[in-house]
Amino acid sequence: MKLRIKFSKQGVIRYIGHLDLMRYFQKTIRRAGIDVSYSGGFSPHQIMSFAAPLGVGLTSNGEYMDIQVDSFTDCEDVKTRINAVSIPEIQVISVKILPDNAENAMASVAAADYTISFKENKAPSLDFASCIEKLMQREAILFIKEGKKGTREVNLRPGIYRFEYKDSKFRLLVDASSGGNIKPVQVMTALLAETGKELEANSLHIVREEVYTSVETEEGNKLIPLEELGHE
Amino acid sequence: MNEKLALSEDILMKISKPERYIGHEVNSVMKDLNNVNVRFAMCFPDVYEIGMSHLGIQILYDLLNSIDDVWCERVYSPWLDLDAIMRKENIPLFALESQDPIKDFDFLGITIQYEMCYTNILQVLDLAQIPLLASEREEDCPIVIGGGPCAYNPEPLADFFDIFYIGEGETQYQELIHLYKKCKEQGTKREEFLRFAAKIPGIYVPSLYEITYNEDGTIASFLPREKGIPVTIQKEIVRDMTQAPYPLKPVIPFIKATQDRVVMEIQRGCIRGCRFCQAGQIYRPVRERDVNQLKEYALELLKNTGHEEISLSSLSSSDYSQLPELIDFLIQECSVNHTNISLPSLRIDAFSLDVMSKVQDIKKSSLTFAPEAGSQRLRNVINKGLTEENILHGAAMAFEGGWTKVKLYFMLGLPTETPEDIAGIGDLCNKVAATFFDTIPKEKRVNGKVQITASTSFFVPKPFTPFQWAAQSTKEEFIEKAYQTRTGITSQLNQKSIKYNWHEADASVIEGLLARGDRRLGKVILSVYQQGGFYEAWSEYYDHSRWEKALEENNLTLHFYTHRERPVDEILPWDFIDCGVTKEFFISEWAKAKQEIVSENCSQKCQGCGAARFGCGICVEKR
Repeated sequence: MKLRIKFSKQGVIRYIGHLDLMRYFQKTIRRAGIDVSYSGGFSPHQIMSFAAPLGVGLTSNGEYMDIQVDSFTDCEDVKTRINAVSIPEIQVISVKILPDNAENAMASVAAADYTISFKENKAPSLDFASCIEKLMQREAILFIKEGKKGTREVNLRPGIYRFEYKDSKFRLLVDASSGGNIKPVQVMTALLAETGKELEANSLHIVREEVYTSVETEEGNKLIPLEELGHE
Repeated sequence: MNEKLALSEDILMKISKPERYIGHEVNSVMKDLNNVNVRFAMCFPDVYEIGMSHLGIQILYDLLNSIDDVWCERVYSPWLDLDAIMRKENIPLFALESQDPIKDFDFLGITIQYEMCYTNILQVLDLAQIPLLASEREEDCPIVIGGGPCAYNPEPLADFFDIFYIGEGETQYQELIHLYKKCKEQGTKREEFLRFAAKIPGIYVPSLYEITYNEDGTIASFLPREKGIPVTIQKEIVRDMTQAPYPLKPVIPFIKATQDRVVMEIQRGCIRGCRFCQAGQIYRPVRERDVNQLKEYALELLKNTGHEEISLSSLSSSDYSQLPELIDFLIQECSVNHTNISLPSLRIDAFSLDVMSKVQDIKKSSLTFAPEAGSQRLRNVINKGLTEENILHGAAMAFEGGWTKVKLYFMLGLPTETPEDIAGIGDLCNKVAATFFDTIPKEKRVNGKVQITASTSFFVPKPFTPFQWAAQSTKEEFIEKAYQTRTGITSQLNQKSIKYNWHEADASVIEGLLARGDRRLGKVILSVYQQGGFYEAWSEYYDHSRWEKALEENNLTLHFYTHRERPVDEILPWDFIDCGVTKEFFISEWAKAKQEIVSENCSQKCQGCGAARFGCGICVEKR
């Protein structure tokens, strides 16, 4: 049986990288006494997959991983058991049972939304709301991406689904699929570039709020949180 | 949720592995400062991943935190990237749990596990903004205390420490903390506290001793400066391992530590008495832990950590009398919840091969033999009770069992070594390879190959061993010996199956210098550090010329400290320590070594080494 686990990653744990977070959960699940399934072979490993790696330095209220279990009691019990042996910075928010035919967490990811704010004394004095409006009116927002194989230019615009500024906070909904993953820093860099400014390193607080998948409905495709694919 | 960090976001985002510095690991201990009277920072002076793998620190961390009003935290050497930033920005070194500066603590405890970390100790003190020299520390400085195997010759580090703890940490820390609290309450001065501490068994306060030297540089006298301070310090030892505290909730790092597994100590000490080995002497007598208690511990440790592997720790696991029972239990328990078992330091025989075939992937794993010397003659000199027949027989059984990789460990530069002994290394490797081809018929050979890896390290004479008087080879001699070894191997019939690795020669000589040095080396270590030397256990950061320069500045020579054979009546810098084994025993073993006479091990026949006075372990049990 497959379980989808939604969890938070907060505070100083933002410095823990993705691979180390996976190692953390492997140990935590054992401490919690969850009857997790193992792969076969001579070095069996827990059957576990994560939705979308969170960058170092970011916190989150909506991270996802799927685990396969050989047996289990109920969703609430799994949540209670993991939280009892986990650190306060990493807590399970919900546990859901996935239908057997569900895609794995990573393949289902379509979008993610973020709350972004400038750290104290780091915000340039700009009318952000109107900057965003201008930016969003563009047909293309070109961004130079530095990769392992050199730099290439990408168009961010199609992947920005929503971008708002309210109460000193930005709310950003972007493409997070493996094909078109957009990072909040890229969008913020583009936003400041609009007014000829440069984004200072480590000047932002970025919180991932939720990760979404796309489902077909009668009114077309709709984004729903990953947890909604499962049931209690 | 505690968000306090000593380092800013700008720094943490720029350095490698920020997880080393943020604390918050599972099982790390947090306390309310309002209820804490003594703050202790426990340091392993190397990078986090290495320090976190050390069992001794976990034992003391657990022990000290079990005292209600004591808070023991951890600290490691910042890596070079952070080191540079801390110096530039004047950030004081901090403890991981509270993120508070170490300089405000009551104690800084440093475990000293190997000689090449001595300069890292100065790095830690320097970054902590604590004066490097104990003599310059004021009332509000932490008491700097050193322990671990290198504390058995603390003299090269005497200038930098207020206290050394000689022996096993479990026994006297409570007493020391108790004394400290009393002194703190009464407003006793630092100097006076140290004077009281010096009277606790196992505690050595170097500033209370006066050393005079002969014209030839040897020690003329080594005595307390005042009455009431002990002339000799006897090592501390846990007499009943079953009653001793053990950390059942070890701290689990976020990043992968060198030991990414549960470590369970099954016994302390070793019956073997190899004459080059310090651990085999200073941890005498061998003391086993109760097998039923170990079974409980194993389950508890796995439950509390979630680790997927458990490793049994001891100097020689095969000598643990209840090993078959323990391993049967572990195999049974571990098979149900996907836990691996790792068994270092096993002697290769039918039993261990059977066990290893159950717990390891034979195709991937390799077998390790440590003959240490290439000829039987030299193995007799070092009292290594492993014969060529043992090795070849063990190898043949292993090849039949499906293993194709064999590692062989040797030392070069052992006392009395001749070119024939060195040639014996190549011969032995060749015989192991030949055994493979003789044992396994062609059609059954996987890829048709056997892989033999011979590794040599350079012998470093250590205090409290029968070889403590021996001359160490020079760097040039070492390089020549490695060359001879390689020639010996490449001239073998099966040379294509044999790979040869050797260690750095120059660092081995400095290890020899520091291992048997005296107080005058304090200035040398300080000079090397001031020239920029630290992380010297990492060969890429080791620079031999710094040591040469520092020795020259201080008119000291490698010849005096390590390349000459010392007479047995010379006063050695560590003679004031009583490690339990008598000097007479070491002298007789040194003589027997030169005559190539083997001594029986503790389980065969008592050799009267002196450790029986502790009245515990194998000395009182039935053999």
